[in-house]
Amino acid sequence: MNLTLKIWRQPNGSATGEMVTYPITDVSEDMSFLEMLDVLNERLTAEGEEPVAFDSDCREGICGMCGLMINGVAHGPEVTTTCQLHMRSFSDGDVVTIEPWRASGFPVLRDLAVDRSAFDRIIDAGGYVSVNTGAAPDAHATPVPKENAERAFDAATCISCGACVAACPNGSASLFLGAKITHLAELPQGQAERHTRVLNMVHQHDLEGFGGCTNIGECTAVCPKEIPQDVIATLNKDMRHALWNRV
Amino acid sequence: MAVTGLVFIGYVLLHMYGNLWAFSGQEAFDDYAHHLRELLTPMLPYGGLLWILRVVLLASLVGHAAAAFALWSRAAKARDRRYAVKKVVTATLSSRTMRWGGVALLAFVIFHILHLTTHTINPGGDPESPYLRLVGSFQVWWVAVIYLLAMLALGMHIRHGAFSMLQTLGLTDNRRRYRVAHAVGLVLAIVVAGGFALVPLGVLLGIVTT
Amino acid sequence: MSPQEKDPMATNENEAPHGTAMGTSSDPVGQAEELAPAEVANESPSQGAAAGVTAPVSTPAADRADHDDAAGYYTTGAPIADTKAPAGPVERRWTERVFNAKLVNPANRRRLSVIVVGTGLAGSSAAATLGEAGYHVDAFFYQDSPRRAHSIAAQGGINAAKNYKEDGDSIYRLFYDTVKGGDYRARESNVYRLAEVSANIIDQCVAQGVPFAREYGGLLDNRSFGGVQVSRTFYARGQTGQQLLIGAYQALERQVAAGTVKTHARHEMLELVVVDDGSGPRARGIVTRDMVTGEIETHLADAVVLASGGYGNVFFLSTNAMGCNVTAAWRAHRKGAHFANPCYTQIHPTCIPVSGEHQSKLTLMSESLRNDGRIWVPKNAEDCDKDPRDIPEEDRDYYLERIYPSFGNLVPRDIASRQAKNMCDEGRGVGPMVGDQRRGVYLDFAEAIERMGRSAVEAKYGNLFDMYARITGEDPYATPMRIYPAVHYTMGGLWVDYDLQSSIPGLFVAGEANFSDHGANRLGASALMQGLADGYFVLPNTIRDYLADGPFPKITDDDPEVRAARANVQERIDHFLSVNGSRSVDSFHRELGHIMWEYCGMERSAEGLRTAIEKIRALREEFWRDVRVLGTNDSLNQALERAGRVADFLELGELMCIDALHRRESCGGHFRAESQTPDGEALRDDENFAYVAAWEWGGETGEPILHKEDLVYESVEMKQRSYK
Repeated sequence: MNLTLKIWRQPNGSATGEMVTYPITDVSEDMSFLEMLDVLNERLTAEGEEPVAFDSDCREGICGMCGLMINGVAHGPEVTTTCQLHMRSFSDGDVVTIEPWRASGFPVLRDLAVDRSAFDRIIDAGGYVSVNTGAAPDAHATPVPKENAERAFDAATCISCGACVAACPNGSASLFLGAKITHLAELPQGQAERHTRVLNMVHQHDLEGFGGCTNIGECTAVCPKEIPQDVIATLNKDMRHALWNRV
Repeated sequence: MAVTGLVFIGYVLLHMYGNLWAFSGQEAFDDYAHHLRELLTPMLPYGGLLWILRVVLLASLVGHAAAAFALWSRAAKARDRRYAVKKVVTATLSSRTMRWGGVALLAFVIFHILHLTTHTINPGGDPESPYLRLVGSFQVWWVAVIYLLAMLALGMHIRHGAFSMLQTLGLTDNRRRYRVAHAVGLVLAIVVAGGFALVPLGVLLGIVTT
Repeated sequence: MSPQEKDPMATNENEAPHGTAMGTSSDPVGQAEELAPAEVANESPSQGAAAGVTAPVSTPAADRADHDDAAGYYTTGAPIADTKAPAGPVERRWTERVFNAKLVNPANRRRLSVIVVGTGLAGSSAAATLGEAGYHVDAFFYQDSPRRAHSIAAQGGINAAKNYKEDGDSIYRLFYDTVKGGDYRARESNVYRLAEVSANIIDQCVAQGVPFAREYGGLLDNRSFGGVQVSRTFYARGQTGQQLLIGAYQALERQVAAGTVKTHARHEMLELVVVDDGSGPRARGIVTRDMVTGEIETHLADAVVLASGGYGNVFFLSTNAMGCNVTAAWRAHRKGAHFANPCYTQIHPTCIPVSGEHQSKLTLMSESLRNDGRIWVPKNAEDCDKDPRDIPEEDRDYYLERIYPSFGNLVPRDIASRQAKNMCDEGRGVGPMVGDQRRGVYLDFAEAIERMGRSAVEAKYGNLFDMYARITGEDPYATPMRIYPAVHYTMGGLWVDYDLQSSIPGLFVAGEANFSDHGANRLGASALMQGLADGYFVLPNTIRDYLADGPFPKITDDDPEVRAARANVQERIDHFLSVNGSRSVDSFHRELGHIMWEYCGMERSAEGLRTAIEKIRALREEFWRDVRVLGTNDSLNQALERAGRVADFLELGELMCIDALHRRESCGGHFRAESQTPDGEALRDDENFAYVAAWEWGGETGEPILHKEDLVYESVEMKQRSYK
């Protein structure tokens, strides 16, 4: 198939960027979306134009490194990561607009690559259980009801790709935040620091310049791991308890 | 936002309940309006409760609007550059119209107060009886239309707002409760907006008359 | 939705087909011991000289054994040995080493600095644990977050000798299975220690909040994995690697918050700094490139830990992540670190095949598919482009069932892989033409669907079928799946002693980057175990013995060695940016991968390997002359990043071929056409090859130097596999 790509080009973080149009021909429907961009880059290189920078690593939907806004939808038309999107989801003649995640908390580094280190800093603020290596009791010391373990797992599947922020009309990272809060809140190991964790992580989230949640649900809709919106409720509940506890 | 929203939801439910007295005729409705002012007297002066309510509502309104503007401004800062193309995947119309819908509702509330509280605007004449004033106004078609549109806006606002309130208060922390909260939003929206709309519709259809 | 998304409990009950040894070729049904005659007991050669850089000794051709296919490609150096493992009973060695390793006063720790390169399971856990101990740690990774390292993609599980099932498991049994699975090419002391600390890993991870699968009673669930008879594998649905890595990542970020660890995202190590302060050469730092700004930075420390993963991407197509590379390890190798057993690569038979020339990576599917699927190709090459449903039963060749009637589709991984390639080489492969042949065989569930019913197949394999459908666009319920082998893991790596110290003092190597624990083949669910064992428990205990002698004399950026390392990095970058040749970096990488796959893949022959070496040398020459890298150094330049990696792969590829050429035996993941039984089974040669091949860099123009570390088996008897 033949497509028209409109791609955001920006030489570096401080430069102004623009959308550039590239026609691309002979795209196989078996290609992944990123392989289609690889092909474009090979062609650009041959023509002497610098290839389009974009992030990707595992290309099997788990590392969370890739992430493009494709025709206005984070990760494109299927509910999956960009690397798992295949060209059979497009038709001959389509115009495909490709943009980086847009959020003040995710500054563009170049073209389609953004800096998501804000997420690491949110985890730094408390997204862990404070247990030193070697200090752990036997793994069977504390049984965890299966229901809690399952919900913790569902939340822990977050791959930190940032699609939730990219899709959110408010530019909020609440789904990412709620996923980590819920993961640890559901487990007995996470209880000791539960209140300080939520306060500190929310504080960091706000400092990073992410917006507030208005429960619209665009985040969940594009989340490749389909993290449910109810993790944000857990975040809110913990926040309520933590604030009340401080009174 | 959630707490003030809860105040409003409680208020509109009571308000709607009161409005439905219109279907019982002038006497019942005017009595209800009168009793509202006598409620808790003599512990409170005549109309005292209403004033308390008004103060609470005004404070809530300020809080609600302030929170809305804070969210709005944070959202604007959180995305300093807009997408060239941005599609809506799942968001309901009501969730996406909270801000401008809220502004529209505020405009309506001002109109509503000027119309039925301060009697500044008198499209259907200016009778003493609240009932006659109500019915007379709704007999003017464009007044009824304004009220009906406002109720549509209110219903949409409540549909997302009530769900959002439950979510923000952290009451929806599993999938079942999350679904229930959505249902609560929808039901409340239909009950409140529908209940309010019954009166102007009743007038337009000639069920409620002077 | 990712392949790991759905609950794969059903399909991953057994990662490997029932009765098939996962990742090991030695024990297809777990009964090989009864079948296998006890084979050569290993002679116990005397322990050689201490580890370290030894002067090369040129081996005259006449001194070489008759079968030295690689004569002329390398020289032989002095033998080496691990001098750190205490002697005595294998089960006492770790306890003794922990006790005897020098302690570092807590007050001194903050004056000691450690660089950790790579933040996968081994790197993150090591950095976190060293940070907790109070050392000053700098962690480097090329991704944008430590949590993205490729450990995250591991699906199946993690072994631990907890014996929670009370099914006869023990440290000794895990040790034994691992040594045997590695085809007797791993060091006993290291493997025993791995089994010993395995239980602590589970405790640690649970305490961190890793959401392992649990039973209704709230206790941890285990599965049997890889054909072993005990249930010792802990898992988190099909995303165990992800959950373990997030645990280690969170521990790491906790130390970042505590100020003991500093992370350096999007920083690639491009050179090792080795400085002789008078007490001999020591690894004292690294030179990195900030991948965003292009800045060349020097980072100095008292010790350097490489946890930079495996080198499977030398094949271009593998199940590794796009960025996985050998550069950190290779630069260390060029500075004197021995590279051990580079030819040991693990190839997985059930991957989704290549769909065309554009293919950028391969995706693994669980081997459990072979439990119920039947593998076949058309009998006649002319049927290969037909719809498989139109090919009548009598025209199908169920070749595994035909060649191995007793084990059929459940033959070990390496056989299944090799035979698939043979069928395609014969021209009977299926699927799209890729290059000059079709690279795929059918894995057919029609019979299983008939036998079990579609819903049972769906319950057991649904998530894998979904993944297959998403990637290929075909419905595996209606038409047979196509599979093909792919490179998955590399057992070889930098040579380390029992302390995980390389042949350069102060350079430690952990996880897949080292060679130590898996021998010639790795058991399923053991990679995660090894990464975390190294990072949480082994390295933090052994590195202190080294650090106790520090802090080492201060060096500065002006030190001649440091300046030389920086200059070297700068020179390479300048070269790449100025060649302005005609071929892209990827085109070279693809071609290298093709050579490696053809000649140094599932089946290796002396002739093929010699061809490969010549081709690689020619390609490398062309690469340096004709590569095209556009842009500048001072911004994110992904072609420039890849150019450096491919340059190193081009050198590693040759060493892999030389190693494969010199090892004229078949063992584990290494199959030499010249060393097989009349039935085509792998034939080990314990008499001549029961050693670790540790290669020393022989200089730009010199030959690599082979140092042999003899493997001594005191606790386990060596046995030859047999499964027919």
